[in-house]
Amino acid sequence: MAKRKLTRERLDTMRARAKSLLAADTREVLICAGTGCIAGGSLNIYKKIKKLCEARGLKTCVSLHNEETDGALHFKKTGCHGFCEMGPLLQIEPDGILYTHVRLEDCEEIVEKTIVGGEVIDRLLYKLGGKSYAKDSEIPFYKLQKRVVLENCGSTDAEDLDEYIGRDGYLAFEKALFEMTDEQICQEILDSGLRGRGGAGFPAGRKWDSVRRQPKGKKYVVCNGDEGDPGAFMDRSIMEGNPHAIIEGMLIAALAAGSDEGYIYVRAEYPLAVDRLRTAIAKAEAIGILGDRIMGSDFSFHLHINRGAGAFVCGEGSALTASIEGKRGMPRVKPPRTVEHGLWAQPTVLNNVETYANVPLIIRNGAKWFRSFGTEKSSGTKAFALTGNVVNTGLIEVPMGATLREIIFDIGGGIKDGKKFKAVQIGGPAGGCLTEEHLDLPLDFDSLKSVGAIIGSGGLVVMDEDTCMVETARFFMSFTQNESCGKCVPCREGTKRMLEILTRIVNNEGTMEDLDMLESLSQTISEAALCGLGQAACNPVKSTLKYFRDEYLAHVRDKHCPHCNGRKKGLVIDPDKCKGCGKCRKNCPMEAISGETRKPHTIDIDKCIKCGACLSNCPFGAISEEA
Amino acid sequence: MANNDVLRRVEEIVDSYGCRREHLIAIMQDIQNEYKYLSTEALELVADKLDIGVAKVYSVATFYENFSLEAKGKYIIKVCCGTACHVRKSQPIYDGLREYLKLSGKQKTSSDGLFTLETVACLGACGLSPVLTVNDEVYPKMTPESAIELLESLRAKEGKSNGKA
Repeated sequence: MAKRKLTRERLDTMRARAKSLLAADTREVLICAGTGCIAGGSLNIYKKIKKLCEARGLKTCVSLHNEETDGALHFKKTGCHGFCEMGPLLQIEPDGILYTHVRLEDCEEIVEKTIVGGEVIDRLLYKLGGKSYAKDSEIPFYKLQKRVVLENCGSTDAEDLDEYIGRDGYLAFEKALFEMTDEQICQEILDSGLRGRGGAGFPAGRKWDSVRRQPKGKKYVVCNGDEGDPGAFMDRSIMEGNPHAIIEGMLIAALAAGSDEGYIYVRAEYPLAVDRLRTAIAKAEAIGILGDRIMGSDFSFHLHINRGAGAFVCGEGSALTASIEGKRGMPRVKPPRTVEHGLWAQPTVLNNVETYANVPLIIRNGAKWFRSFGTEKSSGTKAFALTGNVVNTGLIEVPMGATLREIIFDIGGGIKDGKKFKAVQIGGPAGGCLTEEHLDLPLDFDSLKSVGAIIGSGGLVVMDEDTCMVETARFFMSFTQNESCGKCVPCREGTKRMLEILTRIVNNEGTMEDLDMLESLSQTISEAALCGLGQAACNPVKSTLKYFRDEYLAHVRDKHCPHCNGRKKGLVIDPDKCKGCGKCRKNCPMEAISGETRKPHTIDIDKCIKCGACLSNCPFGAISEEA
Repeated sequence: MANNDVLRRVEEIVDSYGCRREHLIAIMQDIQNEYKYLSTEALELVADKLDIGVAKVYSVATFYENFSLEAKGKYIIKVCCGTACHVRKSQPIYDGLREYLKLSGKQKTSSDGLFTLETVACLGACGLSPVLTVNDEVYPKMTPESAIELLESLRAKEGKSNGKA
């Protein structure tokens, strides 16, 4: 099949065409097609509204490709808007009207009144403190964020390559390919101060440069999309909402490091992300952005997708590469580091999804622009998944160095049901908890490290005054224990013993010696475990022992915890709000919660001990005390 | 005979990955997608075709949580335990079927390999509650008695005797 070879000129022509189409394309209906809103039925809403519009003889289109967009209503399935609490979300441009909790029954009215009549339906607007907000840009949740990496998520069609190109997509790759040397690319990334968004915060530019300096030969670029932390979905949203940014970031990394092959490792629980990435790769291959001798240059790059098979430890670098090689995903002793001895023992650049998504923006706008966000040592922005007992759960992005107070109270709208803030778990099961005294601490890599927590991939689970911190520590320990790969003794045996002790304490059967044992085990495991998973496994225990020792004492000494044992009423799950994410089921210490993924769950009242572990961890606020 | 078809299909899947061992995980994912679990025979064939030890294949299959080595019955019955079904007494249906199939402890599949009993939280057919599904076909307004009748008719269709009762 004769395919016209992509050249730089041709890509520029495509971009100019897409830009002019985008400029003419003002009337848009954006339906959120992130995992959360799809579970709420957003795809059916999309179909129904489109059908209703067509039945009224309105001109519609679904992509920029080969279609007359001028004056047509452009229907887009977008990536995650972030405001998952309010889903399914529907936005109508050019007015920027954002409708929340849209149901199928609302479709006729939306078409009739808003799309045709230009009238706003107050009932469907977001409301706060008695005020209705018509535009998303005015809602505090959005207004206070700085959306850089997530900019395209929620406003563009994730599957439309033309739209990505029209929004200056692949411009950075062009620049890197034709105007920069590998050394210059590494230097630019180093100058930008971009640090890995996956947890440890290692400077990306240094990593790339190390791989670049390795002797010539086969090198790999790998993207870690194995986002396993409970309460984290930033990477999923980027993969679903802006897949081409990841591809472009990986292309640039490959140029810098001298690689011609890459892998994206996505966790099995993210089928939509796999689909969107597959589509994006196929489209990029079709026009020649991926492939051999790209745009007539000497540079070739091929990209593969690997699906995980359900192992948290595969988020660790050496375990991830082992898994790509088709082996058990077990970490190995380091050094040698991944940059020297990675995938198939070849030098490998391994970064996280969000890190790659930042790269095109840095190359396009310059290191200085990137440094204009964030703090001196942690530049740029960071996406967080805000969940737990907070009013506005969802996906947010703020400059590095924003405080917890800004995130939880200004963007998140404070604690649910007027309760008091108690703590926030940051960095998932490997992170620690921060308390009231840390509310004004700037969130950046180094400040968090100084208080024994990590940014991790960016999950923020907010806990209110009713949460038992001992039970929280037990939940995280049970998670890590279950996910321990079993290779090294400190992690395999140590976490098991710690879980036993924590379970004993939660059941009010612990002793004071148990507390000492917890501390000493934490110390040993942190020092002796083989990989990051084991070393960090004790962080939740350590930080809760430090900040909430009185709660441990209540369990051990008083044999009565006001949070676990004090609850009088039973708990119920609202089937309308429950999205069937399964978090409560996994959290429940009594296995009292059952249900299939993506279907509403139920609590078995006879087994429930009213501990509230489910309540504090529900991302959708679907669990409440019985009336 | 049917088993040969399965193995032929497994062979096709392995071949589609060019018999390369780095695709072991993807191969097993594809097999499980089609057959809902990984049988010993399938794993042995995979090992053979990839020219690696069965132990190696088994070690990878057991490492990852998504793989199931347990066979499922020909008929997978899911009893809905959603709120609506629960209040209309779906639990006695589940208990009744467990007793009928003589399932004990964690056992989910009847010893003749015909039925696997599972629960499901809300099928969205609340107006017809309590419901159960057999291989994704919905049966509405069940009682413990009608559920057992349904299984008996399926068993009769299979031409197997209900001898163990």
